[in-house]
Amino acid sequence: MKKLAFGKYLLPIYAVLAFIYLLIPIVYTFIFSFNDYRRSNISWRGFTFDNWLSVCEAQGVCAAFGTSVSIGLISTFIATVLGTMIAIALVRYRFRFRSAISLLLFLPMATPELVLGAGLAAQFFNVGAEMGFGTIVIAHVMFCLSFVVVTVKARVASLDPALEEAGRDLYGSPSQVFWKITFPLLLPGIMAAALLSFALSFDDFIITYFNSGPTETFPKFVYTAAAKGLPGEANVIGMSVFFLAIAIVLFIQVRSSRKAKRLALVK
Amino acid sequence: MAIAAFGHAGSSKGTKNRASKGSAKVALLLLAPGLLYLAIFFIAPLLSLVATSLQTMDVSTGFPIYSYGFEVSNYVSVVTQYGPQIFRSFFYALVATLAALVISYPLAYFIGVKARRWPLLQGLMLTLVIAPFFISFLLRTFAWKQIFSSESWIVTTLQSIGILNPDQYLVGTPFMVIFGLTYNFIPFMTLPLYTTLERLDIRYLEAGADLYANPRRTFTKITLPLSMPGIVSGTLLTFIPIAGDYVNASGLFLGSTETSMLGNVVESKFLKSYEFPTAAALSVILMGAILLLVTLYVRKSGTDDLL
Repeated sequence: MKKLAFGKYLLPIYAVLAFIYLLIPIVYTFIFSFNDYRRSNISWRGFTFDNWLSVCEAQGVCAAFGTSVSIGLISTFIATVLGTMIAIALVRYRFRFRSAISLLLFLPMATPELVLGAGLAAQFFNVGAEMGFGTIVIAHVMFCLSFVVVTVKARVASLDPALEEAGRDLYGSPSQVFWKITFPLLLPGIMAAALLSFALSFDDFIITYFNSGPTETFPKFVYTAAAKGLPGEANVIGMSVFFLAIAIVLFIQVRSSRKAKRLALVK
Repeated sequence: MAIAAFGHAGSSKGTKNRASKGSAKVALLLLAPGLLYLAIFFIAPLLSLVATSLQTMDVSTGFPIYSYGFEVSNYVSVVTQYGPQIFRSFFYALVATLAALVISYPLAYFIGVKARRWPLLQGLMLTLVIAPFFISFLLRTFAWKQIFSSESWIVTTLQSIGILNPDQYLVGTPFMVIFGLTYNFIPFMTLPLYTTLERLDIRYLEAGADLYANPRRTFTKITLPLSMPGIVSGTLLTFIPIAGDYVNASGLFLGSTETSMLGNVVESKFLKSYEFPTAAALSVILMGAILLLVTLYVRKSGTDDLL
Protein backbone atom coordinates (compact mmCIF):
# COMPACT_ATOMS: atom_id res chain seq x y z
CA MET A 1 0.00 0.00 0.00
CA LYS A 2 2.74 2.38 1.07
CA LYS A 3 4.77 1.58 -2.01
CA LEU A 4 1.82 2.42 -4.23
CA ALA A 5 1.29 5.81 -2.61
CA PHE A 6 4.94 6.64 -3.08
CA GLY A 7 4.82 5.58 -6.72
CA LYS A 8 2.02 8.03 -7.32
CA TYR A 9 4.25 10.95 -6.40
CA LEU A 10 7.36 9.64 -8.11
CA LEU A 11 6.63 11.18 -11.50
CA PRO A 12 5.57 14.65 -10.26
CA ILE A 13 8.65 14.80 -8.01
CA TYR A 14 10.80 13.79 -10.96
CA ALA A 15 9.22 16.49 -13.12
CA VAL A 16 9.91 19.16 -10.49
CA LEU A 17 13.55 18.05 -10.27
CA ALA A 18 13.84 18.09 -14.06
CA PHE A 19 12.47 21.63 -14.22
CA ILE A 20 14.93 22.76 -11.54
CA TYR A 21 17.74 21.24 -13.61
CA LEU A 22 16.51 23.01 -16.75
CA LEU A 23 16.28 26.35 -14.95
CA ILE A 24 19.60 26.31 -13.04
CA PRO A 25 21.71 28.15 -15.68
CA ILE A 26 18.93 30.68 -16.22
CA VAL A 27 18.64 31.46 -12.51
CA TYR A 28 22.42 31.62 -12.30
CA THR A 29 22.62 34.09 -15.20
CA PHE A 30 19.88 36.17 -13.59
CA ILE A 31 21.59 36.31 -10.18
CA PHE A 32 24.94 37.22 -11.71
CA SER A 33 23.35 40.03 -13.69
CA PHE A 34 23.23 41.81 -10.30
CA ASN A 35 26.83 41.04 -9.43
CA ASP A 36 29.07 44.00 -8.70
CA TYR A 37 31.80 42.43 -10.83
CA ARG A 38 35.20 43.99 -11.48
CA ARG A 39 37.13 42.26 -14.21
CA SER A 40 35.38 38.96 -14.57
CA ASN A 41 31.90 38.04 -13.52
CA ILE A 42 32.82 34.73 -11.86
CA SER A 43 32.74 35.14 -8.09
CA TRP A 44 30.04 36.99 -6.18
CA ARG A 45 31.20 40.44 -5.02
CA GLY A 46 28.01 42.11 -3.93
CA PHE A 47 24.60 43.22 -5.10
CA THR A 48 24.18 46.10 -7.54
CA PHE A 49 21.70 47.44 -10.09
CA ASP A 50 24.49 49.07 -12.09
CA ASN A 51 24.58 46.41 -14.81
CA TRP A 52 20.87 46.85 -15.42
CA LEU A 53 20.91 50.63 -15.26
CA SER A 54 23.85 51.16 -17.60
CA VAL A 55 23.74 48.17 -19.91
CA CYS A 56 25.76 49.84 -22.63
CA GLU A 57 28.64 50.57 -20.27
CA ALA A 58 30.41 47.36 -21.23
CA GLN A 59 32.39 47.89 -24.40
CA GLY A 60 30.63 46.65 -27.53
CA VAL A 61 27.79 44.75 -25.90
CA CYS A 62 25.00 47.07 -27.05
CA ALA A 63 26.40 47.43 -30.55
CA ALA A 64 26.57 43.64 -30.85
CA PHE A 65 23.02 43.36 -29.56
CA GLY A 66 21.81 45.94 -32.09
CA THR A 67 23.53 44.11 -34.93
CA SER A 68 21.89 40.85 -33.88
CA VAL A 69 18.46 42.48 -33.77
CA SER A 70 18.78 44.05 -37.23
CA ILE A 71 20.16 40.84 -38.75
CA GLY A 72 17.29 38.98 -37.10
CA LEU A 73 14.64 41.37 -38.46
CA ILE A 74 15.98 41.47 -42.03
CA SER A 75 16.56 37.74 -42.37
CA THR A 76 13.23 36.94 -40.71
CA PHE A 77 11.41 39.14 -43.19
CA ILE A 78 13.07 37.58 -46.25
CA ALA A 79 12.80 34.01 -44.96
CA THR A 80 9.14 34.47 -43.98
CA VAL A 81 8.14 35.85 -47.40
CA LEU A 82 10.01 33.17 -49.37
CA GLY A 83 8.93 30.39 -47.02
CA THR A 84 5.26 31.36 -47.01
CA MET A 85 5.20 31.35 -50.81
CA ILE A 86 6.67 27.85 -50.88
CA ALA A 87 4.28 26.62 -48.18
CA ILE A 88 1.24 27.83 -50.14
CA ALA A 89 2.52 26.24 -53.36
CA LEU A 90 3.23 22.92 -51.65
CA VAL A 91 -0.23 22.54 -50.20
CA ARG A 92 -2.34 24.08 -52.95
CA TYR A 93 -0.74 22.90 -56.17
CA ARG A 94 0.26 19.60 -57.69
CA PHE A 95 3.45 19.56 -59.72
CA ARG A 96 6.27 17.31 -60.79
CA PHE A 97 9.47 16.83 -58.78
CA ARG A 98 7.42 17.17 -55.64
CA SER A 99 9.45 14.70 -53.61
CA ALA A 100 12.72 16.25 -54.83
CA ILE A 101 11.47 19.64 -53.64
CA SER A 102 10.45 18.20 -50.28
CA LEU A 103 13.91 16.71 -49.95
CA LEU A 104 15.56 20.02 -50.83
CA LEU A 105 13.54 21.74 -48.11
CA PHE A 106 14.16 19.00 -45.56
CA LEU A 107 17.92 18.73 -46.02
CA PRO A 108 18.94 22.10 -44.50
CA MET A 109 17.18 21.08 -41.28
CA ALA A 110 18.96 17.72 -41.20
CA THR A 111 22.38 19.19 -41.95
CA PRO A 112 24.58 20.01 -38.96
CA GLU A 113 25.04 23.77 -38.58
CA LEU A 114 28.77 23.23 -38.74
CA VAL A 115 28.46 21.92 -42.30
CA LEU A 116 26.07 24.73 -43.31
CA GLY A 117 28.45 27.32 -41.90
CA ALA A 118 31.66 25.87 -43.31
CA GLY A 119 30.07 25.19 -46.71
CA LEU A 120 28.75 28.71 -47.10
CA ALA A 121 32.06 30.16 -45.91
CA ALA A 122 33.94 28.04 -48.46
CA GLN A 123 31.57 29.29 -51.15
CA PHE A 124 31.98 32.95 -50.13
CA PHE A 125 35.72 32.47 -50.04
CA ASN A 126 35.77 30.89 -53.51
CA VAL A 127 33.84 33.75 -55.09
CA GLY A 128 35.80 36.31 -53.10
CA ALA A 129 32.84 37.80 -51.25
CA GLU A 130 33.65 40.04 -48.32
CA MET A 131 32.40 38.59 -45.03
CA GLY A 132 30.23 40.76 -42.83
CA PHE A 133 26.65 41.85 -42.21
CA GLY A 134 25.43 40.80 -45.67
CA THR A 135 26.90 37.31 -45.57
CA ILE A 136 25.39 36.74 -42.13
CA VAL A 137 21.93 37.73 -43.42
CA ILE A 138 22.34 35.40 -46.43
CA ALA A 139 23.28 32.54 -44.10
CA HIS A 140 20.41 33.18 -41.70
CA VAL A 141 17.76 33.34 -44.43
CA MET A 142 19.10 30.01 -45.72
CA PHE A 143 18.69 28.10 -42.48
CA CYS A 144 15.44 29.79 -41.39
CA LEU A 145 13.64 29.16 -44.70
CA SER A 146 12.79 25.49 -44.17
CA PHE A 147 11.54 26.13 -40.65
CA VAL A 148 9.19 28.80 -42.01
CA VAL A 149 7.90 26.39 -44.68
CA VAL A 150 7.17 23.67 -42.10
CA THR A 151 5.40 26.07 -39.74
CA VAL A 152 3.27 27.90 -42.33
CA LYS A 153 2.46 24.71 -44.24
CA ALA A 154 0.55 23.32 -41.27
CA ARG A 155 -1.59 26.44 -41.25
CA VAL A 156 -2.25 26.37 -45.01
CA ALA A 157 -3.29 22.73 -44.77
CA SER A 158 -5.86 23.51 -42.07
CA LEU A 159 -7.37 26.35 -44.10
CA ASP A 160 -10.85 25.71 -45.46
CA PRO A 161 -10.74 26.23 -49.28
CA ALA A 162 -14.47 27.00 -49.23
CA LEU A 163 -13.75 30.43 -47.75
CA GLU A 164 -11.61 31.41 -50.71
CA GLU A 165 -14.11 29.88 -53.11
CA ALA A 166 -16.77 32.09 -51.58
CA GLY A 167 -14.53 35.09 -52.19
CA ARG A 168 -14.12 34.13 -55.85
CA ASP A 169 -17.85 33.50 -56.22
CA LEU A 170 -18.38 37.06 -55.05
CA TYR A 171 -16.20 38.28 -57.93
CA GLY A 172 -13.15 38.98 -55.81
CA SER A 173 -10.01 39.32 -57.91
CA PRO A 174 -7.20 36.85 -57.12
CA SER A 175 -5.26 39.54 -55.26
CA GLN A 176 -8.36 40.63 -53.34
CA VAL A 177 -9.06 37.03 -52.37
CA PHE A 178 -5.47 36.62 -51.20
CA TRP A 179 -5.14 39.81 -49.17
CA LYS A 180 -8.71 39.85 -47.78
CA ILE A 181 -9.17 36.15 -47.07
CA THR A 182 -6.11 33.93 -47.37
CA PHE A 183 -3.53 36.20 -45.78
CA PRO A 184 -5.52 37.13 -42.64
CA LEU A 185 -6.35 33.46 -42.09
CA LEU A 186 -2.70 32.46 -42.51
CA LEU A 187 -1.44 35.29 -40.31
CA PRO A 188 -1.17 33.32 -37.02
CA GLY A 189 0.95 30.69 -38.80
CA ILE A 190 3.07 33.34 -40.49
CA MET A 191 3.57 35.14 -37.16
CA ALA A 192 4.60 31.89 -35.48
CA ALA A 193 7.06 31.22 -38.30
CA ALA A 194 8.48 34.74 -38.07
CA LEU A 195 8.94 34.44 -34.30
CA LEU A 196 10.67 31.09 -34.67
CA SER A 197 12.82 32.46 -37.45
CA PHE A 198 13.83 35.50 -35.42
CA ALA A 199 14.68 33.32 -32.43
CA LEU A 200 16.82 31.01 -34.60
CA SER A 201 18.61 33.95 -36.19
CA PHE A 202 19.14 35.87 -32.97
CA ASP A 203 20.66 32.95 -31.10
CA ASP A 204 22.71 31.47 -33.91
CA PHE A 205 26.39 31.26 -33.26
CA ILE A 206 27.81 28.25 -35.12
CA ILE A 207 26.90 29.34 -38.67
CA THR A 208 27.40 33.04 -37.93
CA TYR A 209 30.94 32.55 -36.64
CA PHE A 210 32.03 31.13 -40.00
CA ASN A 211 30.44 33.86 -42.09
CA SER A 212 30.68 37.03 -40.02
CA GLY A 213 34.14 38.39 -40.79
CA PRO A 214 34.66 41.38 -38.47
CA THR A 215 30.93 41.87 -37.75
CA GLU A 216 30.09 41.27 -34.11
CA THR A 217 26.75 39.73 -33.15
CA PHE A 218 25.58 39.18 -29.59
CA PRO A 219 26.41 35.44 -29.46
CA LYS A 220 29.79 36.18 -31.03
CA PHE A 221 30.38 38.84 -28.38
CA VAL A 222 29.70 36.27 -25.65
CA TYR A 223 32.03 33.77 -27.31
CA THR A 224 34.95 36.16 -27.55
CA ALA A 225 34.27 37.64 -24.11
CA ALA A 226 34.24 34.16 -22.56
CA ALA A 227 38.03 34.07 -22.82
CA LYS A 228 38.65 37.18 -20.76
CA GLY A 229 35.56 37.09 -18.56
CA LEU A 230 32.01 37.95 -19.45
CA PRO A 231 30.72 41.37 -18.36
CA GLY A 232 27.59 41.36 -16.21
CA GLU A 233 25.89 43.52 -18.85
CA ALA A 234 25.81 40.49 -21.16
CA ASN A 235 23.76 38.70 -18.50
CA VAL A 236 21.38 41.68 -18.43
CA ILE A 237 20.82 41.50 -22.19
CA GLY A 238 20.43 37.72 -22.08
CA MET A 239 17.86 37.96 -19.29
CA SER A 240 15.92 40.79 -20.95
CA VAL A 241 15.57 38.72 -24.11
CA PHE A 242 14.55 35.75 -21.97
CA PHE A 243 11.78 37.64 -20.16
CA LEU A 244 10.51 39.14 -23.39
CA ALA A 245 10.35 35.71 -25.05
CA ILE A 246 8.58 34.16 -22.04
CA ALA A 247 6.06 37.01 -22.05
CA ILE A 248 5.31 36.47 -25.74
CA VAL A 249 4.87 32.72 -25.29
CA LEU A 250 2.60 33.12 -22.28
CA PHE A 251 0.56 35.76 -24.10
CA ILE A 252 0.05 33.44 -27.08
CA GLN A 253 -0.88 30.56 -24.78
CA VAL A 254 -3.43 32.54 -22.81
CA ARG A 255 -4.95 33.94 -25.98
CA SER A 256 -5.27 30.57 -27.69
CA SER A 257 -6.78 28.95 -24.59
CA ARG A 258 -9.33 31.80 -24.42
CA LYS A 259 -10.12 31.28 -28.06
CA ALA A 260 -10.59 27.55 -27.45
CA LYS A 261 -13.01 28.33 -24.64
CA ARG A 262 -15.00 30.70 -26.83
CA LEU A 263 -15.17 28.09 -29.59
CA ALA A 264 -16.37 25.53 -27.06
CA LEU A 265 -19.12 27.94 -26.03
CA VAL A 266 -20.24 28.43 -29.62
CA LYS A 267 -20.51 24.69 -30.12
CA MET B 1 8.90 23.52 -35.59
CA ALA B 2 11.55 21.12 -36.69
CA ILE B 3 9.72 18.41 -34.86
CA ALA B 4 7.10 18.47 -37.54
CA ALA B 5 9.79 17.87 -40.10
CA PHE B 6 10.76 14.55 -38.64
CA GLY B 7 7.36 13.61 -37.39
CA HIS B 8 4.79 11.99 -39.55
CA ALA B 9 3.06 14.54 -41.66
CA GLY B 10 -0.02 13.39 -43.42
CA SER B 11 -2.56 16.02 -42.66
CA SER B 12 -1.79 17.66 -46.00
CA LYS B 13 -2.82 14.50 -47.84
CA GLY B 14 -6.45 15.20 -47.16
CA THR B 15 -6.55 18.57 -48.89
CA LYS B 16 -8.14 18.52 -52.27
CA ASN B 17 -6.00 19.67 -55.10
CA ARG B 18 -8.02 21.76 -57.40
CA ALA B 19 -5.51 22.19 -60.18
CA SER B 20 -6.77 24.49 -62.84
CA LYS B 21 -5.33 25.89 -66.04
CA GLY B 22 -2.43 28.21 -65.43
CA SER B 23 -1.96 26.98 -61.87
CA ALA B 24 1.37 25.42 -62.82
CA LYS B 25 2.61 28.87 -63.64
CA VAL B 26 1.47 30.24 -60.28
CA ALA B 27 3.05 27.33 -58.46
CA LEU B 28 6.32 27.93 -60.27
CA LEU B 29 6.24 31.63 -59.42
CA LEU B 30 5.64 30.83 -55.76
CA LEU B 31 8.29 28.15 -55.56
CA ALA B 32 11.05 29.56 -57.74
CA PRO B 33 12.50 32.35 -55.52
CA GLY B 34 12.83 30.20 -52.42
CA LEU B 35 14.09 27.11 -54.18
CA LEU B 36 16.57 29.15 -56.20
CA TYR B 37 17.79 30.65 -52.95
CA LEU B 38 18.39 27.19 -51.50
CA ALA B 39 20.10 26.06 -54.70
CA ILE B 40 22.55 28.97 -54.56
CA PHE B 41 23.13 29.21 -50.82
CA PHE B 42 22.62 25.62 -49.69
CA ILE B 43 23.29 23.13 -52.51
CA ALA B 44 26.12 25.05 -54.20
CA PRO B 45 28.01 25.55 -50.91
CA LEU B 46 27.75 21.83 -50.17
CA LEU B 47 29.22 21.06 -53.58
CA SER B 48 31.91 23.65 -53.13
CA LEU B 49 32.70 22.08 -49.76
CA VAL B 50 33.26 18.76 -51.52
CA ALA B 51 35.41 20.49 -54.15
CA THR B 52 37.45 22.25 -51.46
CA SER B 53 37.96 18.99 -49.60
CA LEU B 54 39.71 17.56 -52.69
CA GLN B 55 41.99 20.52 -53.31
CA THR B 56 45.74 20.10 -53.30
CA MET B 57 47.66 22.15 -50.83
CA ASP B 58 51.09 23.59 -51.54
CA VAL B 59 53.00 24.93 -48.55
CA SER B 60 56.39 25.21 -50.28
CA THR B 61 56.15 29.00 -50.33
CA GLY B 62 55.53 29.06 -46.60
CA PHE B 63 51.97 30.21 -47.06
CA PRO B 64 49.38 27.57 -47.97
CA ILE B 65 48.21 27.85 -51.58
CA TYR B 66 45.30 25.75 -52.83
CA SER B 67 44.54 24.61 -56.31
CA TYR B 68 41.75 22.47 -57.69
CA GLY B 69 42.59 18.82 -57.63
CA PHE B 70 41.24 15.42 -56.86
CA GLU B 71 43.21 14.68 -53.75
CA VAL B 72 41.28 11.78 -52.18
CA SER B 73 44.30 11.31 -49.94
CA ASN B 74 43.09 14.40 -48.03
CA TYR B 75 40.43 12.17 -46.51
CA VAL B 76 42.94 9.47 -45.57
CA SER B 77 45.22 11.94 -43.84
CA VAL B 78 42.31 13.66 -42.10
CA VAL B 79 40.99 10.39 -40.72
CA THR B 80 44.39 9.22 -39.51
CA GLN B 81 45.29 12.60 -38.07
CA TYR B 82 41.96 13.47 -36.45
CA GLY B 83 40.62 10.00 -35.71
CA PRO B 84 40.20 10.71 -31.97
CA GLN B 85 38.25 13.93 -32.62
CA ILE B 86 35.98 12.22 -35.14
CA PHE B 87 35.41 9.35 -32.72
CA ARG B 88 34.69 11.76 -29.85
CA SER B 89 32.11 13.63 -31.91
CA PHE B 90 30.02 10.55 -32.53
CA PHE B 91 30.68 8.97 -29.15
CA TYR B 92 29.75 12.12 -27.19
CA ALA B 93 26.73 12.62 -29.43
CA LEU B 94 25.60 9.05 -28.81
CA VAL B 95 26.01 9.24 -25.02
CA ALA B 96 24.43 12.71 -24.79
CA THR B 97 21.49 11.67 -26.98
CA LEU B 98 20.85 8.59 -24.84
CA ALA B 99 21.13 10.68 -21.66
CA ALA B 100 18.70 13.22 -23.09
CA LEU B 101 16.27 10.40 -23.97
CA VAL B 102 16.44 8.90 -20.48
CA ILE B 103 15.97 12.30 -18.81
CA SER B 104 13.25 13.48 -21.21
CA TYR B 105 11.04 10.40 -21.43
CA PRO B 106 9.56 10.46 -17.92
CA LEU B 107 9.18 14.23 -18.14
CA ALA B 108 7.42 14.08 -21.51
CA TYR B 109 5.24 11.23 -20.20
CA PHE B 110 4.26 13.29 -17.20
CA ILE B 111 3.38 16.37 -19.26
CA GLY B 112 1.73 14.50 -22.12
CA VAL B 113 -0.17 11.72 -20.30
CA LYS B 114 -0.46 12.42 -16.58
CA ALA B 115 -1.12 16.16 -16.83
CA ARG B 116 -3.68 15.81 -19.61
CA ARG B 117 -6.56 16.88 -17.39
CA TRP B 118 -4.99 20.28 -16.75
CA PRO B 119 -4.28 21.95 -20.11
CA LEU B 120 -3.10 25.19 -18.51
CA LEU B 121 -0.54 23.33 -16.40
CA GLN B 122 0.52 21.43 -19.53
CA GLY B 123 1.12 24.70 -21.34
CA LEU B 124 3.05 26.10 -18.42
CA MET B 125 5.26 23.03 -18.18
CA LEU B 126 5.94 23.09 -21.92
CA THR B 127 7.03 26.70 -21.56
CA LEU B 128 9.44 25.59 -18.84
CA VAL B 129 10.80 22.87 -21.13
CA ILE B 130 11.64 25.35 -23.87
CA ALA B 131 12.73 28.08 -21.42
CA PRO B 132 16.45 27.25 -21.92
CA PHE B 133 16.01 28.17 -25.59
CA PHE B 134 15.10 31.72 -24.66
CA ILE B 135 18.41 32.43 -23.06
CA SER B 136 21.36 32.56 -25.40
CA PHE B 137 22.94 29.17 -26.08
CA LEU B 138 26.37 30.56 -25.22
CA LEU B 139 25.18 32.24 -22.01
CA ARG B 140 23.63 29.08 -20.62
CA THR B 141 26.71 27.03 -21.50
CA PHE B 142 28.89 29.67 -19.87
CA ALA B 143 26.69 29.55 -16.77
CA TRP B 144 27.35 25.81 -16.40
CA LYS B 145 31.04 26.47 -16.77
CA GLN B 146 30.96 28.90 -13.89
CA ILE B 147 28.71 26.70 -11.77
CA PHE B 148 31.22 23.85 -12.11
CA SER B 149 34.35 26.00 -12.11
CA SER B 150 37.25 24.96 -9.90
CA GLU B 151 36.37 27.62 -7.31
CA SER B 152 32.71 26.68 -7.02
CA TRP B 153 31.39 25.04 -3.88
CA ILE B 154 30.18 22.05 -5.89
CA VAL B 155 33.70 21.14 -6.93
CA THR B 156 35.23 21.87 -3.51
CA THR B 157 32.56 19.75 -1.84
CA LEU B 158 33.14 16.87 -4.24
CA GLN B 159 36.84 17.19 -3.53
CA SER B 160 36.38 17.22 0.23
CA ILE B 161 34.16 14.12 0.27
CA GLY B 162 36.65 12.33 -1.91
CA ILE B 163 34.67 11.88 -5.13
CA LEU B 164 37.19 14.12 -6.86
CA ASN B 165 40.89 14.21 -6.05
CA PRO B 166 42.12 17.60 -4.76
CA ASP B 167 43.83 18.26 -8.10
CA GLN B 168 40.87 17.07 -10.18
CA TYR B 169 38.40 19.44 -11.80
CA LEU B 170 35.18 19.03 -13.70
CA VAL B 171 35.52 21.65 -16.43
CA GLY B 172 37.61 20.28 -19.24
CA THR B 173 36.59 16.65 -18.72
CA PRO B 174 34.56 14.52 -21.15
CA PHE B 175 31.92 14.25 -18.43
CA MET B 176 31.44 18.01 -18.40
CA VAL B 177 31.26 18.24 -22.19
CA ILE B 178 28.66 15.46 -22.39
CA PHE B 179 26.78 17.10 -19.52
CA GLY B 180 26.65 20.40 -21.39
CA LEU B 181 25.66 18.79 -24.68
CA THR B 182 22.87 16.87 -22.97
CA TYR B 183 21.54 19.95 -21.23
CA ASN B 184 21.64 22.18 -24.29
CA PHE B 185 19.66 19.88 -26.53
CA ILE B 186 17.17 18.31 -24.09
CA PRO B 187 14.22 20.41 -25.35
CA PHE B 188 14.77 18.95 -28.84
CA MET B 189 14.17 15.53 -27.28
CA THR B 190 11.36 16.39 -24.88
CA LEU B 191 9.14 18.22 -27.38
CA PRO B 192 8.76 15.45 -30.02
CA LEU B 193 8.37 12.86 -27.25
CA TYR B 194 5.63 15.01 -25.74
CA THR B 195 3.91 15.35 -29.12
CA THR B 196 3.56 11.57 -29.56
CA LEU B 197 2.80 10.81 -25.92
CA GLU B 198 0.14 13.50 -25.88
CA ARG B 199 -1.72 11.56 -28.58
CA LEU B 200 -1.35 8.22 -26.81
CA ASP B 201 -4.77 6.69 -26.22
CA ILE B 202 -4.96 5.84 -22.52
CA ARG B 203 -7.53 3.14 -23.24
CA TYR B 204 -4.73 1.00 -24.67
CA LEU B 205 -2.94 1.17 -21.33
CA GLU B 206 -6.16 0.26 -19.49
CA ALA B 207 -6.67 -2.65 -21.86
CA GLY B 208 -3.15 -3.82 -21.06
CA ALA B 209 -3.87 -3.67 -17.35
CA ASP B 210 -7.21 -5.45 -17.82
CA LEU B 211 -5.36 -8.26 -19.55
CA TYR B 212 -3.23 -8.69 -16.41
CA ALA B 213 -0.10 -7.11 -17.82
CA ASN B 214 2.05 -5.61 -15.09
CA PRO B 215 3.02 -1.94 -15.48
CA ARG B 216 6.43 -2.83 -16.87
CA ARG B 217 4.93 -5.10 -19.52
CA THR B 218 2.33 -2.48 -20.43
CA PHE B 219 5.14 0.00 -20.87
CA THR B 220 7.39 -2.17 -23.05
CA LYS B 221 4.53 -3.65 -25.11
CA ILE B 222 2.28 -0.64 -25.52
CA THR B 223 3.64 2.76 -24.46
CA LEU B 224 7.13 2.37 -25.85
CA PRO B 225 6.17 1.07 -29.32
CA LEU B 226 3.47 3.72 -29.66
CA SER B 227 5.91 6.49 -28.81
CA MET B 228 8.50 5.29 -31.34
CA PRO B 229 7.83 8.18 -33.79
CA GLY B 230 8.69 10.65 -31.03
CA ILE B 231 11.82 8.71 -30.07
CA VAL B 232 12.93 8.65 -33.72
CA SER B 233 12.47 12.38 -34.29
CA GLY B 234 13.86 13.26 -30.86
CA THR B 235 17.06 11.28 -31.30
CA LEU B 236 17.64 12.72 -34.76
CA LEU B 237 16.96 16.27 -33.58
CA THR B 238 19.44 15.94 -30.72
CA PHE B 239 22.11 13.76 -32.35
CA ILE B 240 22.58 15.95 -35.44
CA PRO B 241 23.33 19.27 -33.71
CA ILE B 242 25.39 17.58 -30.99
CA ALA B 243 27.68 15.79 -33.45
CA GLY B 244 28.50 19.12 -35.12
CA ASP B 245 28.77 21.24 -31.98
CA TYR B 246 32.02 22.99 -31.13
CA VAL B 247 30.94 25.32 -28.34
CA ASN B 248 30.53 22.88 -25.45
CA ALA B 249 33.78 21.04 -26.16
CA SER B 250 35.77 24.24 -26.68
CA GLY B 251 38.41 25.16 -24.12
CA LEU B 252 36.63 28.49 -23.62
CA PHE B 253 33.54 26.72 -22.38
CA LEU B 254 33.23 23.21 -20.91
CA GLY B 255 36.04 21.38 -22.65
CA SER B 256 39.78 21.26 -23.09
CA THR B 257 42.21 20.02 -25.75
CA GLU B 258 41.52 16.48 -24.55
CA THR B 259 37.82 16.77 -25.35
CA SER B 260 37.97 18.52 -28.71
CA MET B 261 35.48 17.23 -31.24
CA LEU B 262 35.30 17.28 -35.02
CA GLY B 263 33.71 20.72 -34.92
CA ASN B 264 36.59 22.19 -32.94
CA VAL B 265 39.09 20.99 -35.56
CA VAL B 266 36.95 22.40 -38.38
CA GLU B 267 36.66 25.72 -36.56
CA SER B 268 40.38 26.11 -35.96
CA LYS B 269 41.43 24.83 -39.40
CA PHE B 270 38.94 27.07 -41.13
CA LEU B 271 39.19 30.28 -39.14
CA LYS B 272 42.64 30.19 -37.57
CA SER B 273 45.11 28.22 -39.68
CA TYR B 274 43.26 28.48 -43.00
CA GLU B 275 43.73 24.80 -43.89
CA PHE B 276 40.54 24.76 -45.92
CA PRO B 277 40.83 21.26 -47.48
CA THR B 278 41.26 19.70 -44.03
CA ALA B 279 38.28 21.56 -42.61
CA ALA B 280 36.18 20.77 -45.68
CA ALA B 281 37.06 17.07 -45.66
CA LEU B 282 36.06 16.80 -42.00
CA SER B 283 32.76 18.59 -42.68
CA VAL B 284 32.03 16.26 -45.59
CA ILE B 285 32.72 13.25 -43.35
CA LEU B 286 30.25 14.61 -40.77
CA MET B 287 27.65 15.37 -43.43
CA GLY B 288 28.03 11.90 -44.96
CA ALA B 289 27.65 10.18 -41.61
CA ILE B 290 24.57 12.24 -40.74
CA LEU B 291 22.97 11.62 -44.15
CA LEU B 292 23.56 7.90 -43.76
CA LEU B 293 22.01 7.97 -40.31
CA VAL B 294 18.99 9.98 -41.44
CA THR B 295 18.41 7.68 -44.42
CA LEU B 296 18.62 4.54 -42.27
CA TYR B 297 16.36 6.03 -39.64
CA VAL B 298 13.78 7.31 -42.07
CA ARG B 299 13.78 4.01 -43.98
CA LYS B 300 13.26 2.02 -40.84
CA SER B 301 10.56 4.16 -39.34
CA GLY B 302 8.89 4.63 -42.70
CA THR B 303 8.73 8.40 -42.60
CA ASP B 304 8.46 8.92 -46.33
CA ASP B 305 6.78 12.26 -46.21
CA LEU B 306 9.62 14.38 -44.93
CA LEU B 307 7.90 17.70 -44.76
